[in-house]
Amino acid sequence: MAMRPQYRTALFLLPAGVWFFAMLVLPLVVVFVFSFGERGPAGGYVPAFTFDNFLNLGARWTAFKNTLTLAPIGTLACLLIAYPLAYFLALRASPKLRTMLLILVIVPFWTSILIRSYAWIFLLGGRGIPALLALVGLEDLRLINTPFAVLVGIVYGYLPLMVFPIYVSLERLDKRLLEASADLGAPPLRTFLTVTLPLSMPGVATGCMLVFILLMGEFLIPAMLGGGKVFFVGNALVDLFLQSRNWAYGSAVAMALVLIMLVTVTAYMRATRRWAGGRDEVSLM
Amino acid sequence: MRIYALAVYLFLYIPIGIIALFSFNSGRAASQFTGFSVQWYGKALSNRFVVEAFQTSFAVALASAALATVFGTMAALALQSVKGRVRVAFDALIYIAVMVPGIVIGIATLIALVTVFDWLNPLLAAIWPVAEATPQLSLGYGSLIAAHGLFTMALVIIIVRARVAGMDRSLIEASADLGATPFGTFRQVTLPQIAPAILAGFLLAFTFSFDDFIIAFFVAGSKTTLPIYIFSSIRRGVTPEVNAIGTMVLTISLCLLITAQAILQGGRKPTKN
Repeated sequence: MAMRPQYRTALFLLPAGVWFFAMLVLPLVVVFVFSFGERGPAGGYVPAFTFDNFLNLGARWTAFKNTLTLAPIGTLACLLIAYPLAYFLALRASPKLRTMLLILVIVPFWTSILIRSYAWIFLLGGRGIPALLALVGLEDLRLINTPFAVLVGIVYGYLPLMVFPIYVSLERLDKRLLEASADLGAPPLRTFLTVTLPLSMPGVATGCMLVFILLMGEFLIPAMLGGGKVFFVGNALVDLFLQSRNWAYGSAVAMALVLIMLVTVTAYMRATRRWAGGRDEVSLM
Repeated sequence: MRIYALAVYLFLYIPIGIIALFSFNSGRAASQFTGFSVQWYGKALSNRFVVEAFQTSFAVALASAALATVFGTMAALALQSVKGRVRVAFDALIYIAVMVPGIVIGIATLIALVTVFDWLNPLLAAIWPVAEATPQLSLGYGSLIAAHGLFTMALVIIIVRARVAGMDRSLIEASADLGATPFGTFRQVTLPQIAPAILAGFLLAFTFSFDDFIIAFFVAGSKTTLPIYIFSSIRRGVTPEVNAIGTMVLTISLCLLITAQAILQGGRKPTKN
């Protein structure tokens, strides 16, 4: 087994490298090239070089508008609900229960988002919560297929992803700082606002970024809980590629989506890094 | 504070619980629980389409997770001794694989593969010796495994690399000093230390592939995976049978995930994060 270490390293990297190239780099290049092409007579793609697809993006403006409104609102809603829970887990829960409670938060994220969204069709549909509300006099309340239903689905789906990074940054925080603040006479709220909150900002920034990125590409939640009325760019993409088979225009929409994501995420990271200090390394598990 | 936490846990688990509860409903009605029964499980398990979809999902998940685990672990190990441009390139690829939305990956893979197949199929037909038996490249198992393998490989690399980075290097040096061959050191020192991460990576990869809808939706071709089957059934309406299938899928993923978590948490040294 006298193989030179460099060759062994190269050999070990080869399969993953080839896979990444064939299934990631190449397909993304194809999308880029197709976005300048034209739709074939029977759908699909015909080579061309035109900017028409990009100039025509306005035709799908509603999808972009919905995505760019509901993704930030959804991220904010996740943050507001996740922060107190992360705080409780990191600073108030008994250490014995902590690991188990944490696992209970993370596990739903890895289970099928399809089935979790389906659960809300069941709950928000005419015979679920609206039927219960009708009993107390609130009749004719429509919940399913509204932006509210989509928002509930978003929070339900992505809450775990927000809790975890915030938990990590709160858990790493030097507890002596909190004691010092209290000893120096600061009331709990002031300690929270001047010590805990600023120190947990890296976690907040990471959580918001993860949730926002995933929400930008969301398809299932609006498809299932928005009922065709509340649709995202993801829904427009499914329509363009699988129904109307306009690959060139669809590629332009996909490029625009990735571009918007890149710009917002880069701007966001620049803005947060200024006051968040060093980057917080976070794994999803 | 405690009440708030309890409320969030209820919010997370009640909807799943209700699906599970109604899967045991004896009646067809989606709103009233009329009695306990396992008939919907029987219905689901004797439905040929459900069984076929399950087999497809299981085979794809197993193959993509196995390939991703082997190649991902190899890459993670090699990356620790790589610096410079190759390192930067790999980090960028892993980052892109995780960050680009699944829907874009699905679309990109679909059009790239269809284009390549359209170009290769006539070529194959021209060079293949037996005209009647010419293989036709098309979307199916291969494209599903390849597309799922991409994301899951990135996942395995991230998990295993975190473990490799936290490994005690002095043990490896000691082993080498004591005259062990590189392979001996790997088998007796490195592998036992990173084994939990590899196993957890495999379980996560399997779960991801088994549960994935959006990528499969684009690249499955004529194959139907279980999530695709569930999605099209939901389109036709809420039925107790879907509840039963959903509960089974959730149970399978929950078992795998809790095992993965236990392995990761158990192997983690309490002093380090």
